[in-house]
Amino acid sequence: MWTRIWSYRISYLFVAPFTLVFIAFIVVPVAMAVGLSFTYYNGIEPPRFIGWSNFQYLLSQDLLFLQYALPNTFKYAIIVGPGGYVAGFLLAWLISLLGKGLRKWVALAVYAPSLTAGTAMTIIWLPLLSGDRIGYLNSFLLNNGLIDVPKLWVTDPKLIMGSMIVVSLWASMGVGFLAMLAGIQNVDPQLYEAGRIDGVRSRLQELWYLTIPSMKPQMLFGCVMAIVTTLRAGNIGVELSGVNPTPQYAGNLIVNHIQDFGFIRYEMGYAAAISVFLLLLMYVSNRLSWRLFGTGENEA
Amino acid sequence: MNVLLRNSIRRFTLPRLLFVVVMLLFAVFMLLPIVFIVSHAFKPYDELFVYPPEFIVRRPTTQNFIELAQITSGSIIPISRYLFNSILISAATVLLTTIISAMCGYALAKQPFPGRKILFATIVLMLMFAPEVVQIPRYLVVSGLGLMNTYPGHILPLLALPVGVFLLKQFMEQIPNALLEAARIDGATEFGLFLKIAVPVCMPAVATVAILSFQNSWSNLETSSYFMQDDYMKTFPYFLSTLTSNLANNVARQGAAAVATLIVLAPNLIFFIILQRRVIDTMVHSGIK
Repeated sequence: MWTRIWSYRISYLFVAPFTLVFIAFIVVPVAMAVGLSFTYYNGIEPPRFIGWSNFQYLLSQDLLFLQYALPNTFKYAIIVGPGGYVAGFLLAWLISLLGKGLRKWVALAVYAPSLTAGTAMTIIWLPLLSGDRIGYLNSFLLNNGLIDVPKLWVTDPKLIMGSMIVVSLWASMGVGFLAMLAGIQNVDPQLYEAGRIDGVRSRLQELWYLTIPSMKPQMLFGCVMAIVTTLRAGNIGVELSGVNPTPQYAGNLIVNHIQDFGFIRYEMGYAAAISVFLLLLMYVSNRLSWRLFGTGENEA
Repeated sequence: MNVLLRNSIRRFTLPRLLFVVVMLLFAVFMLLPIVFIVSHAFKPYDELFVYPPEFIVRRPTTQNFIELAQITSGSIIPISRYLFNSILISAATVLLTTIISAMCGYALAKQPFPGRKILFATIVLMLMFAPEVVQIPRYLVVSGLGLMNTYPGHILPLLALPVGVFLLKQFMEQIPNALLEAARIDGATEFGLFLKIAVPVCMPAVATVAILSFQNSWSNLETSSYFMQDDYMKTFPYFLSTLTSNLANNVARQGAAAVATLIVLAPNLIFFIILQRRVIDTMVHSGIK
């Protein structure tokens, strides 16, 4: 065993720099946060150990969590996660079909919402979704006789989730999109020529039989990042509706719940417990999707 | 031959023209936030408050830039100091992050050392932890290591970018082992293989990680606000944010705030464009075989 480790000493040199900063600034703080999830901690007094109580309360008595945050997150994630992933991949593919000169500009445009996040996003979408008659969407629908009364797109509890989903999809071309774009362009052009000789006729066949199989690692990366970014989303509802919490908690996601306890009520122990729960949720969805993709070999 | 064949397939046809036009229209729609930010910085005060907001400025003016310059000239610490801090920190962070992430990704992908699986699993797992509750523990670590008010306090916490390692590992997995084996027989060292084969072949991924890392460090306010107590150690975007924060219901300084937003965003855009060009250019020469 030790001789085997010694024979790979160069590998350890390769991973050492990253591993050191990774342990110091991520693993240790996360481990401390996980520890906090078993305590009552208000940020002022030292943490007091209370065992599983935080988790018991979260799963049995926290009505805001069980009635709103959890189901809302499911509803939101089930559409934005896969939707954003597929859209990201298709857009990356379409961009790769463009001429070389145009490609980086269109890539920049598609990535723009991720670069500007936050304020710029609300500035674009609020006039569009504004609840009065001058809101672009309302005035369009009214003028075409599709609705009689202006709809409160971002403040009506029934509609806010839909608005959040649309805006999130628009903003979902992040790092996963960049990776898949780079991955598509990395596919060897000779492969396509060989495919053409072997009878691949259309662009769609090319995509299905050649492109996707040769960029599995990037597809997997995009998938994991889609899960992570979707389940970590939180501010969007508050930014759109302009109130915190969102009307009747209709846009309340798990991350809002964490922020509520962490930064408003200063119950850091409980906030940590919710974070641990969220981590488990991501882990499970991750396992499920990796099984779905069936890459088997490089599992984590 | 290669290029000729591709070009003959991509010759200008009507459907192709239509496709390009649709993509461009879509791009314009997605680009709106940037158009808005750029345009907003040039608006005179009466246009800044129009509702619904207009995307394109009607009577462009540079008065907002002058306003921001006047506010900043009143600061005790010269603005060049903040700029120096920011440039130094971002440059160091991007450079070091790409190097250490690529090294780690390469070893994870191509060297079956004991402990590799558990390291990779931990990296992916840590990617998933919501950052909200890690702030206090991270503060304790930074102060425990004595990094308060130092440049490493800005740089080191940002070097740990698990998503970068994950991305690079995924790309480096695709390098054919035969290529590495051949170079090994020719007498290349592991480090030589990494530098001469792995990095050039995965340039698109390396460039992507650089983009992420730059985005992560340039506009980062966390290190300045929590880890730096001395004003002269803070960064330029942080300085701008202190000038223009809490303006929600305020008229004064809104013009300066619009310019500040543009100034913080612009380097991100430039960096993205330069590196994406690199991504696209490398594709033409190599490509993973």
